[in-house]
Amino acid sequence: MTVRELVDRTGLTVLVLPDGDHEVSGVYAGDLLSWVMGRAKESQAFVTIMTNINVLAVTALLDLSCVIICEDAEVPPELIRSAEEKGINLLRSDAPEYETCVRLSSVL
Amino acid sequence: MGNESLYYRFDVDGENFTSAGEASVQTKRILRRVGFSPDIIKRVSIAMYEGEINMVIHACGGVVELFIEEDKIKIILTDHGPGIENIDLAMQEGYSTAPDNIRSLGFGAGMGLPNMKRYTDSMEIESKVGEGTKITMTVNV
Repeated sequence: MTVRELVDRTGLTVLVLPDGDHEVSGVYAGDLLSWVMGRAKESQAFVTIMTNINVLAVTALLDLSCVIICEDAEVPPELIRSAEEKGINLLRSDAPEYETCVRLSSVL
Repeated sequence: MGNESLYYRFDVDGENFTSAGEASVQTKRILRRVGFSPDIIKRVSIAMYEGEINMVIHACGGVVELFIEEDKIKIILTDHGPGIENIDLAMQEGYSTAPDNIRSLGFGAGMGLPNMKRYTDSMEIESKVGEGTKITMTVNV
């Protein structure tokens, strides 16, 4: 399933979607970026509450398919701008991480 | 590539935590251009990124050098930070001396050095307390 299809089926909010055709291979949830760096696999959707710019570096280096910011956390405009520049899909969920993952699991 | 080896040098700005990662993103681009496999590119750039983050957190920046050789990619990280007192301890997953404000940015989980080891084929740490640290990592291609 592509990120665009995932958005259609889950109702996640799109902040930017510059690479909507990226296939989603699964989901990885986490907030400790080094932990994510060591464990997440290519093309997984990255579920987190972190909104600092390093989230994008981790996503780019691992070729993750998208970042999903949970709990309607406030997303700094520079993060959105930078995601667009780097070609990273940035989505937002109103639900906490667990419920977001459950929702993702029901469509993947 | 023949017998040529390519060399690149990047300065890591110790003041700017948010720009950490520039060397690894550039390296990723370089390796892609040379034509390495995605797996090799990922391993090199992640190991380098963790190194950059460490330099910013602990050492007020440093220098990253990248050597692309025929059979391997070598990364040398050099800083003049406080040095590592106990390397064995620092290599343990979960051990961290990073300050709390770093944790709020999602780092300081004590995974940096273990990740660097995990993603490379060899890693050697030379460190002297009060003088600095040099880490040499290689990824075989």
